[in-house]
Amino acid sequence: MANFESGLRYSESHEYVRVEGEYGYIGISDYAQHALGNIVYVDMPEVDDEVTAGDEFGAVESVKAASDLIAPVSGTVVEVNEALEDEPELLNKDAFGNWIIKVQLSDPSELDNLMDVEAYRKHCEQ
Amino acid sequence: MEKKTCLYDKHVALGALMSPFGGFIMPIQYTDITDEHNAVRQHCGVFDVSHMGEVRVSGPDAERYVQHIFTNDVADAPVGQIYYGMMCYADGGTVDDLLVYKMGDQDFFLVINAANIDKDVEWMQQQMQGFDITFEHQSDYYGQLAVQGPEAESVVEAVLGLPCKELKFYTAKTLDVAEGDEGETIIVSRTGYTGEDGFEIYGSHEFTQQAWDKLIASGRCKACGLGCRDTLRFEVGLPLYGDELSADISPIMAGLGIFVKLDKEEFIGKAALAVQKANGVEQKLVGIELEGKAIPRHGYAVLTPEGEPVGEVTTGYHCISVDKSVCMALVRTEHAKLGTALAVQIRKKTFPGVVVKKKFYDKHYKK
Repeated sequence: MANFESGLRYSESHEYVRVEGEYGYIGISDYAQHALGNIVYVDMPEVDDEVTAGDEFGAVESVKAASDLIAPVSGTVVEVNEALEDEPELLNKDAFGNWIIKVQLSDPSELDNLMDVEAYRKHCEQ
Repeated sequence: MEKKTCLYDKHVALGALMSPFGGFIMPIQYTDITDEHNAVRQHCGVFDVSHMGEVRVSGPDAERYVQHIFTNDVADAPVGQIYYGMMCYADGGTVDDLLVYKMGDQDFFLVINAANIDKDVEWMQQQMQGFDITFEHQSDYYGQLAVQGPEAESVVEAVLGLPCKELKFYTAKTLDVAEGDEGETIIVSRTGYTGEDGFEIYGSHEFTQQAWDKLIASGRCKACGLGCRDTLRFEVGLPLYGDELSADISPIMAGLGIFVKLDKEEFIGKAALAVQKANGVEQKLVGIELEGKAIPRHGYAVLTPEGEPVGEVTTGYHCISVDKSVCMALVRTEHAKLGTALAVQIRKKTFPGVVVKKKFYDKHYKK
């Protein structure tokens, strides 16, 4: 069974954002890593890249398929989780503990378009 | 609407991820592609390959007809011998790749790809004029299991009770079995699509269902989906029609010239393929090994180090058995030499690589 972590904001395409001050940590939900199966590669943007809410910023790949990562919020990438380059399976082990990118939020009001954990849980149950 | 094989309900009961393939709804994986892949490399796995098509050609002109439509040479073959080869259009493009089983002096059993069944049968029937043969399309009768892996021989003998030890690589025999009310004759061959030792077993739906249940219940054989069938065949450089072969990709372009017997008197496509072999082809299938872990997938662009597009990926994976990102790709011939530096465009990034042999893991056949 998938875990659902409270205090995060979730998108319909199963990314989460954890907000700390002016920064957002973006990753994929535990539900998403379950659905993808063994993750073997994470394609991440570079520091200083701009990401736009609703647009693709990278991909997570299982053996069989690549799935786009869709930015839940807009901003500038200030850090990428380099540990995922060598150990993409960390996303399977702990999706919420291993964010993918850290962005400086350019429009925090976008957070209002995302779901809280209860709404997201219902979204996954549909 | 996709067709279901005779094992559909069993796949669903096992919790398989089901997905359309070649006109059928097929199991892609039961638990995990990597686990299923490793089971076949190290122990034994069973695949439902009932989606494959079967055609029986018999009669006085059966051999002459097979020679006419098939690139390999079945002349003077002993009964039980199996040949891999292609059917080609007159221009050398590939209709399909297939196995031809010689079951009798006037009796051949042809196994074709699921996605091509309708096209192949129509094409084969168009080539029948002037041949005294009986053409039977038997895809709806046969189920097919592939039992693959280093332990396949002992599993087939012990669990299914089918004597197969003495079968040589690429040979087949018929066996009378008691399953069903009346009993039936099945076909067992030492063939497969994984690069491991193994057997393919053709029987009625009832036989196939019972054999599947025995194999799964034995605990000696892992249920394996089409996901790992693709990673297994890819690693050992076996082509998949639609990726490495097509109406636009001839066997010569795909590097499968050893299955095209140009010294045969006649077959459809011979003239065009002879010209390709003599004069060379504009594009060739190569292997490419990439730096890094990114995965080159079907359709991604292949570039020179300077960024000029010179081809396309046909199949690619992060190879399970050797932990490398590799692909097969169709590239312009001047870039096809071993050791040539090339790159693959993967989304927004370009990953450097080098042309290598299109076999990323050694086959372990028992010959």
